[in-house]
Amino acid sequence: MTSQLAEDAGAETSPREEARGRQADLKPKNNRAWFLVLPVVVSVAFTAVIPLMTVVNFSVQDIFTPTDRIFVGLDWFRSISRDPEVRAAFLRTLLFSAQVLLVEIPLGVAIAVCMPRRGVSVSVALVVVALPLLIPWNVVGTIWQIFARGDIGLGGWTINNVLGIGFNYTLDSTDAWITVLLMDVWHWTPLVALLAYAGLRSIPDPYFQAAQIDAASAWATFRHIQLPRLRGVLTIAVLLRFMDSFMIYTEPFVVTGGGPGNATSFLSILLSKIAVGQFDLGPAGAFSLLYFLIVQIISYVFFTVLTRSGR
Amino acid sequence: MRLPWARTVFWLYAATLMLPLLWMFGMSIRPNEDILGSFSLIPQRVTLENYETFFTNDVWYSSYLNSILYTSMNAVMSLIVALPAAYAFSRFRFAGDKHLFFWLLTNRMAPPAVFLLPFFQIYQSVGLFDTHLGVAIAHMLFNVPLAVWILEGFMSGIPREIDETAAIDGYSLPRFFIRIFLPMIRSAIGVTAFFCFMFSWVELLIARTITSVDAKPIAATMTRTVSAAGVDWGLLAAAGVLTIIPGAIVIWFVRNYIAKGFSMGRV
Repeated sequence: MTSQLAEDAGAETSPREEARGRQADLKPKNNRAWFLVLPVVVSVAFTAVIPLMTVVNFSVQDIFTPTDRIFVGLDWFRSISRDPEVRAAFLRTLLFSAQVLLVEIPLGVAIAVCMPRRGVSVSVALVVVALPLLIPWNVVGTIWQIFARGDIGLGGWTINNVLGIGFNYTLDSTDAWITVLLMDVWHWTPLVALLAYAGLRSIPDPYFQAAQIDAASAWATFRHIQLPRLRGVLTIAVLLRFMDSFMIYTEPFVVTGGGPGNATSFLSILLSKIAVGQFDLGPAGAFSLLYFLIVQIISYVFFTVLTRSGR
Repeated sequence: MRLPWARTVFWLYAATLMLPLLWMFGMSIRPNEDILGSFSLIPQRVTLENYETFFTNDVWYSSYLNSILYTSMNAVMSLIVALPAAYAFSRFRFAGDKHLFFWLLTNRMAPPAVFLLPFFQIYQSVGLFDTHLGVAIAHMLFNVPLAVWILEGFMSGIPREIDETAAIDGYSLPRFFIRIFLPMIRSAIGVTAFFCFMFSWVELLIARTITSVDAKPIAATMTRTVSAAGVDWGLLAAAGVLTIIPGAIVIWFVRNYIAKGFSMGRV
């Protein structure tokens, strides 16, 4: 019964794009709708706007004590954007996000193509694939902290003793990077897979029947029928994966703590070290705002490129 | 149009996915001496002492309950706030609607680390520090935009003719919304609640910053397992297993909508 409903919902969404465009024209103009939006605006004002203003306030002052502070203008922004440690962390985070996208997007699509479509195994497959997404992020860290250890972890132990390669993520910076990347692939590829799966399910059967009549190869079917229909969901997947990998904090914090050395200290880790560890309000404020700005700009560029291409 | 080995590939992937989880489960039922003593695939001795420690130690189980409490509160509050807004976005044009919608989404893109300092200060000054309500409100930062986004996607799929017919039949907007519209989108509400629950349940950075004792989340307790005797791996693993359970239960209920939900109702 429920799976029937899901299928109906899936089928009904395919002409959604057209319906959406049509509806937008018909939507009545009514400024009283603002009253319905008001609760959201108030709650976001309290949770986002006021804190952001506080950060702006920090970023232009040198604060010694709550009562003893001087206005320093944009000095913190200058010193933060020239700080070699911040720049190194920025490049590291960028490299990490690039690798995450390059691995997870193709892998996720491949898994979605292989996922079962009918029968009881669909439910089991969905639950299994979704499970890593429901694990608290620090527990994901804990799982990999245990799994990748050379002495007590299955993964680390296998690499050391069966493959005979020396592997220790607490001492070797390459190993630490690989561990964090593998952990992210393990944790987040399911999200891409689920999105792509939802996209594939919305393709009407006649498309496949036509391909079968033409005796199209599996690859041709994928390339010319499935992949083009995935553009919408893959836009969301790329955006979400970019934002979240660029903001990654908890998992590397638990597994490597940013080390060894600075090998895995991403922007968030550096920021929270300055903010909560050293309590340097001014630099932390300036850092926060620059960080926020970078995420917004890159996301906006991604969004524009992905929604415009192929039109 | 299925590749013959697609099934095998998928289940191999699923097995790989489960491997680290099973390994953690294996750790949780071994005594600590065995974990550090010698490496073995199958536990030599099976024990429940790690779980016993968890449930008899007040710090552990109360922080577990804290997490469940503020996550549920957050899901309810986010839904109540987001439902009317999503309806407004899906049904009406109004001054600044597109800008407002995009602005909401930018909050989902804000690095949580940015908000650490102000949250710490503001919540302390208004008396929400270390309360469940405080964490629930703080998590609305990323859950409200998400809820609006998902709900709007689902609501736009429902034809506007239904609203018009109800209006002709003499339903006022609030009565229509509660009696007719909400029951129609209950699967969307389920999915949204699931996502709010999920993102609040997995978040650590903010929750840890604005709590100390009374509302401390389980995730924060887990980061403090290092004692004089080193890391208590068995207990850590047991706590890890227990944090997966609520999520697994919730997934089972929404499994048929999960794929659609992850695409924010926009396939």
